[in-house]
Amino acid sequence: MVFWKLFLVFFKIGMFGFGGGYAMLSLIQQDVVEEHQWITSQEFTDIVAISQMTPGPLAVNTATYVGYTTILNEGYSQNISILGSAIATIAVSLPSLFLVLMISVSYAKFRRNRYVSAAFLGLRPATVGLIAAAALLLMNEQNFIDIKSFLIFAATFILTWKLNVHPILMIIIAAITGLIIY
Amino acid sequence: MYWTLFLTFFKIGAFTIGGGYAMLPLIQREVVGRGWMDDDDFMDVFAVSQSLPGAFAINISIFIGYRLKKVAGAIVCMLGSVLPSFFIILMIALFFTQIADNVWVEKAFKALRPATVALIAVPCLTTALKLKLKKSVLFIPAISALLIWQLGVSPIYIIVVSALGGVIYDLWINKK
Repeated sequence: MVFWKLFLVFFKIGMFGFGGGYAMLSLIQQDVVEEHQWITSQEFTDIVAISQMTPGPLAVNTATYVGYTTILNEGYSQNISILGSAIATIAVSLPSLFLVLMISVSYAKFRRNRYVSAAFLGLRPATVGLIAAAALLLMNEQNFIDIKSFLIFAATFILTWKLNVHPILMIIIAAITGLIIY
Repeated sequence: MYWTLFLTFFKIGAFTIGGGYAMLPLIQREVVGRGWMDDDDFMDVFAVSQSLPGAFAINISIFIGYRLKKVAGAIVCMLGSVLPSFFIILMIALFFTQIADNVWVEKAFKALRPATVALIAVPCLTTALKLKLKKSVLFIPAISALLIWQLGVSPIYIIVVSALGGVIYDLWINKK
């Protein structure tokens, strides 16, 4: 049953999503695009583009949108697909609730726990790898269709990194560029 | 009180673009400014929320809710910070389904897709620089990325193994 699977997948993502929204993208992508093939890589990229422009945490926005699109792609109506986005949103947030309730009893101890800080010695560098994987997995023929794609990628990268152009402004500039050159 | 908590986080969720960390100063201003917590308490909650899995903004809102009003407060704050995302994305999704096949939308997205990939690549680089990773640990992100990208290894394994690796490494060097 796709609704139950959707819940489990996003619960798992919420449970293991260390390192913030961008690192979580690689988890979402691996499960939803590669493993279950609920949505295409191109749809996923579109969803991330929209989620970056929208208020709220990236991971929650992406989960909400992926939940909707998954159910729609399974052939259900738009109204039923709203249920899909609700399931994904709740599922990705529930582990946070359980974990906070669990550790808040002794959170001062948790903070100073030696094993927790030791685990982060490995987790922190791995997070960089997770974000890199999210970007690399999206560098495919669906998203890079011609030489112009590579130029847009390079221009966006340099403008955001070197000149600190705000991502939202960057998305607007890219969209307008697309209207002109395609 | 519950209603105030809900509204506070709803407002922050609805108006902060740029993800969890962009919300941090707003949350701090509301929570410390209203006298719900002092700065030290807030920094503690911030540090723990950061080390938990999941969306950072959701973690910290749940934590603050719990500190103020126990389980009910945690649930109210979670709903407050999640619901704006949910409603806004839902409206966009419902609307976008109607216009996705539009020629102009297709043109815009052809350029948006490679731009979006670049917008993921930049935080990868800035995170690496911010963490000041030593040369000796650079193999960790390199191997992690290759395993996920080329061999389709689940990122969850990478997370579990790297956390265990950190613990083993710590025990080993402290033993010496």
